[in-house]
Amino acid sequence: MRIRKVNIFHGIDWILVLFYIILIFIGWINIYSATITEEQIGLVNFSTEYGKQLIWIGFSFPIILLILMFEAKFYEKFASIIYLISLVSLVGLFILGKNINGATSWYDLGGLSIQPSEFAKAAASLAIAKLVSEKQFNLKKWNTQIQAFLILVFPAILITLQPDPGSALVYSAFIFVLYREGLPVYYVTIGFLAIFLFIITLYFGYLYVLIGSLLLFLVILLLFNFYRKKALKKGWLKILGIYLISVIFIISVDVVFNKVFEQRHRDRFDILLGKTTDIKSIGYNTNQSVTTIASGGLSGKGFLDGERTQGNFVPEQQTDYIFTTVGEEWGFIGSTLVVLIFISFILRIIYIAERQKSKFSRVYGYSIAAIFFTHFTINIGMVLGLLPTIGIPLPFFSYGGSALWGFTVLLFIFIRLDANRSYEW
Amino acid sequence: MKRTGLLFFIIISVGIIFIIRLFYLQVVNNTYNKPTINNSAVKIMYDYPERGYVYDRNGVLLVSNQLSYDIMVIPREVQPLDTIEFCSLLNINKEDFIKKFEKAKHYSTRIPSTFLAQLSKNDYAYLQEKMHKFKGFYIQKRLLRKYPINSAPNVLGYISEVNEDLIKKNPIYQLGELIGTAGVEKTYEDILRGTKGVKYIQRDRFNKEIGTYKNGIYDTLPIPGKDLTLTIDSKLQQYGESLMINKRGGIVAIEPSTGEILAMISTPTYNPNLMVGRERSKNFTNLYLDTIHRPLLDRGLQGEYPPGSPFKVITALAALQENVINTTTTIKCFGGYRYGSGKGAFMECHCGTHGNPVELNKAIYRSCNSYFSNAYRKSIEKYQTAVEGMDVWSNHVKSFGLGNYLNNDLSVGKKGLVPDAKFYNKWYPDSRWTATYSISNAIGQGEILTTPMQLANMTATVANRGFYYTPHIVKDIFGKQLDEKYTTPKYTSIDERHFEPVIEGLFDVFENPHGTAHWSKVKGIEICGKTGTSENPHGQDHSIFIAFAPKDNPKIAIAVFVENGYWGSRWAGPIATLMIEKYLNGETLRPWEEQRMLNGSLEDEYNKQLIETIKIEN
Repeated sequence: MRIRKVNIFHGIDWILVLFYIILIFIGWINIYSATITEEQIGLVNFSTEYGKQLIWIGFSFPIILLILMFEAKFYEKFASIIYLISLVSLVGLFILGKNINGATSWYDLGGLSIQPSEFAKAAASLAIAKLVSEKQFNLKKWNTQIQAFLILVFPAILITLQPDPGSALVYSAFIFVLYREGLPVYYVTIGFLAIFLFIITLYFGYLYVLIGSLLLFLVILLLFNFYRKKALKKGWLKILGIYLISVIFIISVDVVFNKVFEQRHRDRFDILLGKTTDIKSIGYNTNQSVTTIASGGLSGKGFLDGERTQGNFVPEQQTDYIFTTVGEEWGFIGSTLVVLIFISFILRIIYIAERQKSKFSRVYGYSIAAIFFTHFTINIGMVLGLLPTIGIPLPFFSYGGSALWGFTVLLFIFIRLDANRSYEW
Repeated sequence: MKRTGLLFFIIISVGIIFIIRLFYLQVVNNTYNKPTINNSAVKIMYDYPERGYVYDRNGVLLVSNQLSYDIMVIPREVQPLDTIEFCSLLNINKEDFIKKFEKAKHYSTRIPSTFLAQLSKNDYAYLQEKMHKFKGFYIQKRLLRKYPINSAPNVLGYISEVNEDLIKKNPIYQLGELIGTAGVEKTYEDILRGTKGVKYIQRDRFNKEIGTYKNGIYDTLPIPGKDLTLTIDSKLQQYGESLMINKRGGIVAIEPSTGEILAMISTPTYNPNLMVGRERSKNFTNLYLDTIHRPLLDRGLQGEYPPGSPFKVITALAALQENVINTTTTIKCFGGYRYGSGKGAFMECHCGTHGNPVELNKAIYRSCNSYFSNAYRKSIEKYQTAVEGMDVWSNHVKSFGLGNYLNNDLSVGKKGLVPDAKFYNKWYPDSRWTATYSISNAIGQGEILTTPMQLANMTATVANRGFYYTPHIVKDIFGKQLDEKYTTPKYTSIDERHFEPVIEGLFDVFENPHGTAHWSKVKGIEICGKTGTSENPHGQDHSIFIAFAPKDNPKIAIAVFVENGYWGSRWAGPIATLMIEKYLNGETLRPWEEQRMLNGSLEDEYNKQLIETIKIEN
């Protein structure tokens, strides 16, 4: 391996580093508040979660240095190998993995639990970047589409089988990347149509949606018949095809929802769609989280003064629900600030990605922007009661070493790539 | 490049949506600042109000309160303790301790739950000194019910701990709190309960109490429950209960001029004090599982029986209203009524008139089946189709409050059954049925079912000559107007003029030497009544009696129902008349009759039935 001898900090984007430090700092402050107990224990201590998190943060600096030490070229060259290693580590879980909370997502390294799926995101991003940056790569072609699809589907399936469907869902973020790089627009359209049909089918029941779509189909046919007779003659098969696929999709949504999903999954959707309002059992998390955030008011209750945070009333508050602490103790002002920081951070990544000369760096940057964005949207959407309960961490905020390191690796590989932008490749 | 815009656009949109959502939750809709139960930084202390007292119509205290002490636990604050000492102090065993503790922990680790309920004063005195040793446990005072008079448990009902389902539905209750679950305790829970006071106490992070929360602006004082005055006359109630000892059945007595329920007896009964104290759950289980005596069943309200002959009163009134008979109409009865040409189409009659002409008056006091079957048939056949006739007749009957819930302030009830044309259409499709198919309705057998409460209300309606007030149990709620539905009369579909001849007949049941209740006649009181004997498939006929008195300006209307009491004048008749005497005169002129009722027992009859049932089941 070639290790550079020049200043490894040369050319790195300090603004991104600053964002990173700010997010880690605010995140830790809130973990501290959420997990502090009555006994007085030192900050760096393995017996408390805020203490452990501080240690994870400490360890991320050598990781950063290591990442920066490699040449940018290294990541492009070894992208496929890194990807394969990550797949192997995911497969290995089925043999050597440790089961925590019903999911076999962890390797137990003598007291330290490592979650390979957190690192697989970086590997997949590298692999996609490598694939897209190859010469003669054209996403309009079927076989390249399939290649890209397979790269993403393998880790997603392995993670779903753990089972950790929330983390697998993150791979859908890559549709933004592929679209940016030339994936035909109808994939995105179909994606949104599918989400739309999924929600209205659950909300109104498949029968009404089927009737509605039939009416819509007939109206469209009529409109075409009046105004664009020629287009109809050419395209009627297409319209019929879209309609039939929609029908099949609607019916399969109903089947999947009622037969494949477990009750707990169904409950999550039902709560979100306002079909159930049981606040005691199944809707407990969402209700607690929304109530806790709302109780913060405009300016919050102040650091360590959030009654509901201190009372440990939000389950998993230091991990998936860490944003509730922000909401309660820092109020609307603090929460909005955190949202704005995240948005600026992600936009900054996109901005930097777009200025890359190397296609590899651009695609990689775009990938991690999409990944951070997906985590951010799903996590905060869930905490605010806008999305169903899907347990994935909020980057740099949620408690947990693997997640923190995974996101750190994700970000700093990009910073490394970007630092090299002025050099020849 | 156009394609770069999509992700950018979506990111900005999501940011805006999140900020709007945060603004809505935290600024616009910020109603969450009140301290909540689920909040460990604020400790909530409840101050329980005294539950309202219950009095009878004469001001006799029926339900009051007594102090009791509950052991409460906050599982999170419990520290290792000497379990053996603790258990022996509370007189429980270790398994109990573990079970109760787990239950409390399962409910919540930080909200107090009742660990052991309803300790006596002695236990409390003993425990109080030692409680400090057991962190996380404390004693909470609570008021329990006390019943100075051992009577009327079916009226008064009882209170019990709320269950988790109810807490989910109604968050004002918390685990371990008490709620009325039967009788007036249930129907008037909102009035009796009062409002509990709340004190919010701020704690710091180390769980120390550091004063009132926000200077007590959210604290409230308890508001005591309001007292209730029932319409029950406790003396009459107790008298009725003693008359019904060793007999199963129900008595309901109503004041016709107001609809107030004077007595509501259901036997076998139990001591209401069994539902209080540490033995409560054991006692309750025993009562609940007693499927032979079924003491928790209110037979006055929940027992649906064929009314038997008292129903003939309605048959007569309906026929008079429909103008198919008049007071001079006569028939001849030869020991029964032939309603068809078939061999079995014959209803026996025991009026014993042997072919002498029977008119309405005699038909009533001799209880002639033939007469009323004839009247019933004419009432229905007056119309072109049986369907039409049946519905007209059915509506007359229903106007007496039969066949449906009375919609009053009692916690339980049954609809009874008054069939209409639809009912028979279901049984005999294509409308191929006639009046004779349901001829037994004429004499209160057939499909008709009533509860003693409905029967008493029917009697009160006759006593009022055509209207009733919905029977109710509460006379006065301190400082509150009684619901309008109890003060507006409900009129029947029968004209007032038709009642007088029928009432004469009911009067002659006692007065005429051949009247079916002549032997129960009471000197000095003009009683009108009707005996009834209702067939049932399980054993001896039920003994039924309805009566009201005095004939003019009636003060009491009563229905008595004695299960398997052979015939009306054997048990129900004497009990009804003794009750009337007691209520109007305060004592009876017939001590021998009173003794006979007090000592009489039908237990042998019930045991016989039980043995037969067991035989069949084996």
